[in-house]
Amino acid sequence: MPAPAIRRNIVGVTAETVTNVSSTDFPGHWPGEDHSWNINHFRRVFKVKFYRNTPLLSQFDLIHTDAAIANTLRRIMIAEVPTLAIESVYVSNNTSIIQDEVLAHRLGLVPLRGDKDALRGLSWYLRGEDVIPREPTDEDTVVLYLKKTCERNPEAKKTDTDPDKLYTGHNVYASDIVFEPAGRQIKDFAHDPVRAANPDILIAKLRPGQEIDLTMHCVKGIGQDHAKFSPVATASYRLLPDIKIKKPIRGKAAERFAACFPKGVIAVREGEDGQKEAVVDNVRNDTVSREVLRHDEFKGIVELGRVRDHFIFSVESTGQFDADEIFLSAVGTLKAKTINLKRDIYKMLRKQALDAKRAREAVEEATEEADVMDTQ
Amino acid sequence: MDSKVENVLGGMEEDDGELTTTEELLSDIRIMTLPGEEEGSASFEIIGEDHTLGNALRYIIMKNPEVEFCGYSIPHPSEDKMNIRIQIYPEYWEQTRPYDALMKGLDDLADLCDHITHAFKEARDNFTDPGDNSEQR
Repeated sequence: MPAPAIRRNIVGVTAETVTNVSSTDFPGHWPGEDHSWNINHFRRVFKVKFYRNTPLLSQFDLIHTDAAIANTLRRIMIAEVPTLAIESVYVSNNTSIIQDEVLAHRLGLVPLRGDKDALRGLSWYLRGEDVIPREPTDEDTVVLYLKKTCERNPEAKKTDTDPDKLYTGHNVYASDIVFEPAGRQIKDFAHDPVRAANPDILIAKLRPGQEIDLTMHCVKGIGQDHAKFSPVATASYRLLPDIKIKKPIRGKAAERFAACFPKGVIAVREGEDGQKEAVVDNVRNDTVSREVLRHDEFKGIVELGRVRDHFIFSVESTGQFDADEIFLSAVGTLKAKTINLKRDIYKMLRKQALDAKRAREAVEEATEEADVMDTQ
Repeated sequence: MDSKVENVLGGMEEDDGELTTTEELLSDIRIMTLPGEEEGSASFEIIGEDHTLGNALRYIIMKNPEVEFCGYSIPHPSEDKMNIRIQIYPEYWEQTRPYDALMKGLDDLADLCDHITHAFKEARDNFTDPGDNSEQR
């Protein structure tokens, strides 16, 4: 007997096990039901609902889609949406205690920001196939400088012990990075220069006489290559929790029931008869900790679960692009993948046809030759 | 053989003069058919793809009622390859070959992307952020 459609999309969560974990919305799974892909049906049922949308944080729900799609989009956001990051560091002078390679690594991880359209317009810096690197141009490379020298503060008192009073230039911050636009970048980044997204990142500490002097080349890359190119700090989803109270929970038990969940999940309301009753208020706050299942008094009264096709996304940007734009780029990237692969399938089929034709011709030639031999 | 993809190859047989140019174009193909191909079933090897496309593609191809089986695998984590297998129900062999199901899957996935973009933009543009006091995590 088919499960009632309404419970079919609930993944059950019991004390030690999970139930009903796999999607079953495929053709041939349920007798008499058509689950074949239908874009019009998808257009009708698919919903997006926003909860937060700031440049650095987007929280939204994707409702009525499959984990395969949600996970693909999450993976693309993390690993395949391109951003600009420091790739090469040319050290002219570094007398600080932090080693060149460690410093270079730290610099690479500094999130950058700047004019978004100009950043999107940058082309890929392709290394030459031979040993000699290809010459960088204003279209694929952004050049940054960092120069800082530490000196004693002549106005410091003899009794001072605080480095902030004793020295000047002893902290190297991300805000000390200077952008040097070249060629078309002068116009493109005129209003929004390339700079660190978070100016307060401490890159290194210096003491009097020490100096850092470097040139950095930034290029476009993807998170698959290195995490510094990932546009998101986190991009994650969780399934909407589901709490089903099967029998009314009244009186003191209602309070105890509510205490099993995070704040706001269960509300205790007064019923018509003046008795307190536990009702589900905001399931989104729940963590599905299963605490309630440890209490014998609620055994069989409550069912926990998660809604299989309701994804609560949280996308946190590193600052280069707005969080919602990163999601849209991910969808665009997925579409581009399908188009590119289709082109390659056509190529493959052409090649197969070509090979088949060649083979046929070879056979024909061979038989012709054989015929000639025969007549001779 | 009146499969949809075969039609695309129409004219292929005649363009003998372009053989060399075609050869160049066909040099960097990211997909190939694996040995063991039969009328209603085939496995493909795609270079440069992973679970990201694999699972989404498997899902959408399994949504095709003509497909009996679709699965994907990453044979080895050190190799940048993804294998995907498609089997068609025998009653559809006349009209659909595994390529067609693969192509349809890619088309459907593109349609899905278009609608997600549309719905996402619509929801975003109709939304005003309530500020810091709402919604945990």
